[in-house]
Amino acid sequence: MFGRDEKVSAIRLTAAQYAILGIFLVLAYGLWRLQVMQSDYYSLAAEKNRIRNVPVLAPRGKILDREGRVIVDNYPSFSALLLRDSSRDLAADADLIAQGLHLDPNEVRTRVRRFASMPQYQPIFLKEDITPDELAFIESHRNELPELDTIMVHRRLYPRNGFLAHLIGYVGEVSEDMLNQPQFELYSSGDVVGQSGVERQYNGILMGKNGSRQALVDSHGREVGRLGETDAVPGKQLRLTIDIDLQIAAEEALGDKNGAVVAMDPRTGEILAMVSRPTFDPNSFAVRVSRDEWNKLVTDPDKPLLNKAIQAQLAPGSTFKVIMSVAGWQEHVAQDLHVNCTGGAEFYGRRFGCWVKGGHGPVTLEKAIYQSCDVFFYTLAEKLGIDRIAKYATALGLGQKTGIDLPNEVSGVMPSEEWKIRNFKQKWFAGETISVGIGQGAIAITPVQLLRAISAVSMGGKLVVPHVVNPEGLPQGYIETGHYEEVKNVGIDPEGWNFITDALSRVLLPEGTAPSAHVPGIDIAGKTGSAQVVSLATRARFKNSDDLAQNGWFVGFTPRRNPDIVVCVLFQGGEHGRLAARLATQVIKAYVDKQHRTPQKLVEQPKTDGPKTGGKVDIGALWTVPDSEGDKDGLQAGRFVVNLPKKKMVMAAAAPGMAAQ
Amino acid sequence: MARYVSYRDFDWVLLGFVLLICCLGVMEIHSATMHTKFAGAHVRQVYWVLAGVAAMFVISLVNYQALLEKIHWFYIAGVASLMAVLIFGQKYLGAKRWIKMPGGNHFQPSEWVKLILILAVAKYFADMRQRELSWADFMKAGAIVGVPMLMVLKQPDLGTALTYLPIAAMGVFLGGLQWKQGLAVGLLATVAVAAVFFVPRVHVLKSYQKQRLTSFVDPELDPQGSGYQVEQSKIAVGSGGLWGGKGSQTHGAFLPVPQTDFIFAAFAEEHGFVGALGVLLLYFIVLMRLTQNAQTAPDRAGTFVVMGVVAVLSFHILVNVGMVVGFMPVTGIPLPLMSYGGSSVLFMFLALGMVMNVRMRRFVN
Repeated sequence: MFGRDEKVSAIRLTAAQYAILGIFLVLAYGLWRLQVMQSDYYSLAAEKNRIRNVPVLAPRGKILDREGRVIVDNYPSFSALLLRDSSRDLAADADLIAQGLHLDPNEVRTRVRRFASMPQYQPIFLKEDITPDELAFIESHRNELPELDTIMVHRRLYPRNGFLAHLIGYVGEVSEDMLNQPQFELYSSGDVVGQSGVERQYNGILMGKNGSRQALVDSHGREVGRLGETDAVPGKQLRLTIDIDLQIAAEEALGDKNGAVVAMDPRTGEILAMVSRPTFDPNSFAVRVSRDEWNKLVTDPDKPLLNKAIQAQLAPGSTFKVIMSVAGWQEHVAQDLHVNCTGGAEFYGRRFGCWVKGGHGPVTLEKAIYQSCDVFFYTLAEKLGIDRIAKYATALGLGQKTGIDLPNEVSGVMPSEEWKIRNFKQKWFAGETISVGIGQGAIAITPVQLLRAISAVSMGGKLVVPHVVNPEGLPQGYIETGHYEEVKNVGIDPEGWNFITDALSRVLLPEGTAPSAHVPGIDIAGKTGSAQVVSLATRARFKNSDDLAQNGWFVGFTPRRNPDIVVCVLFQGGEHGRLAARLATQVIKAYVDKQHRTPQKLVEQPKTDGPKTGGKVDIGALWTVPDSEGDKDGLQAGRFVVNLPKKKMVMAAAAPGMAAQ
Repeated sequence: MARYVSYRDFDWVLLGFVLLICCLGVMEIHSATMHTKFAGAHVRQVYWVLAGVAAMFVISLVNYQALLEKIHWFYIAGVASLMAVLIFGQKYLGAKRWIKMPGGNHFQPSEWVKLILILAVAKYFADMRQRELSWADFMKAGAIVGVPMLMVLKQPDLGTALTYLPIAAMGVFLGGLQWKQGLAVGLLATVAVAAVFFVPRVHVLKSYQKQRLTSFVDPELDPQGSGYQVEQSKIAVGSGGLWGGKGSQTHGAFLPVPQTDFIFAAFAEEHGFVGALGVLLLYFIVLMRLTQNAQTAPDRAGTFVVMGVVAVLSFHILVNVGMVVGFMPVTGIPLPLMSYGGSSVLFMFLALGMVMNVRMRRFVN
């Protein structure tokens, strides 16, 4: 028992004090642990918490034609971004997000998983090129779905109707496979890179460098400040060697027909036009292409994604006779060769027919070229032998890549004895040489190879490297264009060169194989060809199905001497070269017409009323006529009223679907 | 007798340290609420502190012995107010803790019940006749604290309910707890905690309360909730380093409620280890000064009153700072004197008023 005044145990009070001291020591240790021992770790964590890298996307460079007209442009579009630093349960929100953005919820989750290893502050692109109502969805769900954001990006705008599609190519998100390749090692997941054509070949120039903005954000993902900004470096514009006007002519000439048209300046190797059919719309690739659409393109038997100008490997048919003529001339075999064509001849115990059943009668080299006599070239091939043929064909670039600045060019095949042994472990049979003489058999070339070879013939042996980009505008020392300068000279005897080109210029005359393609006033030299896809016997078995119809070829240039354009047309299933020739002459005519229109204005159009819409125009003229004595020129003058065409010829301001710059 | 009661005996040193802590609190509230919807809270906090100081002076004048004589009425009133909360209380964030008072203020009875309990426990043990605690006394003391505690738990407000425990614990300890009793209580508590968590049909804790506690053990389980809060708090404290930093966690709203429960994290982020340790030192000085006052109290009841305040204050600091540095689960217990909030500030100053009351009467008798 003790009284009210008895004190509380002093020991217990002291014990309580020590307990409090103990508590404070523990708390002080807690602070020490976080603020001194692990300070660096938590400082980093705090940095990550508040800094978000917002990409500033660099627009890709425009693609222009040789005159600076726009072929490929960009347009602004919005992409939906998923920010992962706002600490939301993304898996739970995926359904709502997917619904609002018209995506598959699982696709959203897969995408989140795929980018899981990337830093959290880097946003994921959820959907590109979103529609206005999807944009509205994001704006109206700022509070419910703070992890959604939008970003304005520059998207590729390609010409309409697949214009120049194969040459331009398309862009797409860099794939995992590509990232594993050394040339893409500097790119990261989500980058948009060129996937084919010029877009891929010159990706390094066209693609800019994305910048980024380090934004200070709070825990709701709101930007509360800006720490720094790295400017985006826009991609450089690329000037092609393509001429839009000529390209339009080539596209229109080929129309819906399968095949390819390539036009080139034989002096420089600049490609002026390149068409491949069927074509595709690269605009549908600019956004992520749907699986169905992709499968359709890939499985289409006509292979719309294939650039036939550089990727179709076909027998050249009679167009190969130009190379045969060069080989024959250089080897002094063809000049004095006289053959009597009776519609066919027997070589090595087998009969080889001429395309003219009744025969050409007595044939020399000149007639053999413009009438395309098979028997003459069978005989020439027999006399030359495969290796001498291969020597000139190879020198002119057949059976090898031309080195054109486009990805995935194929090499084709130029057979030779060595080639046969290397690939088939078999000896070359002399009988095989006969078919090669008319561009059949094992020989397979691409349109651009043939174009280059004929271009070399037209230039007396100057073998250029075809290219689609003007190297002048490229950065100093851009390696990929260095080989343009490697112009080889095959060295064709000038006399033979003149002889062969003269003979070629008669192909479109009434005595030639394609008189219907003749264009008055334009001196076109060229060669038709029709090449079997399969042997005639096989084709008969398939009841002459159109799928197996012969390919029509034409390769020609103008003018006959010192040409400034050479055109190669492949008309698949075109049966005869003269049809291909008609397409080629359309392109050549467009080129010549343009040349006449553009550089020199011979007659100034009267500025007064009328001429713009056509109609009658009053012009005066002076001219001379020889008088009756013959040696004195009499000057005459007159006034004429001429009818100007109603529709004025207009040159394209930009590629179809593009706004002029 | 009244002539001995003088403000010369008032503990001005203690008040000085307490106001210093309040100042730091106000500054931190200002810094943490800048540019948020709570901006200006520091001014209101100053008013609360001033009101608290006034209340402290008022309560220090009323003789605590007289108060203790009528403590059973206060106790009944306290339990009644808790009952009123359960019936008429304002539901806010899923819990009924406040009664709406005329004039728009909200009153949280559980805070001042804490004060009544300190007095009630002091009264009970002061009147005890033997040196060693009998089981019956033990049970009665437990019941005095246990009844209001269960009612607060019902609101539900686990944090505040837990703050009643140290009052009982301190009373029992100083009242003469025997070793075997301590051991038995310890064992019982262990079993009870185990039951709450592992026996499926016992629903003493709400699921969110359980989750708070489990997420403390494994923050990965609940990154959005309290585990996230603790993680952000640790980042705030840790990034403060030795000397403090710019406070991006606080100002970027990564730190939850930086003006109330996590004010110490905000302070530690901005002022570093040095600043945070300084604040802890201030609290330690205050607590030591309080225990000194308990030792010099004129009677047993006075000692119990002061030590009750010490127990509550220490417990608050332990749980709040422990939570901020990641040692303790999130329980929603504010840091006394620093955290923003009228009820908390008023309670602390009323409790200090009781201490002053006891101190001023140390030479009485």
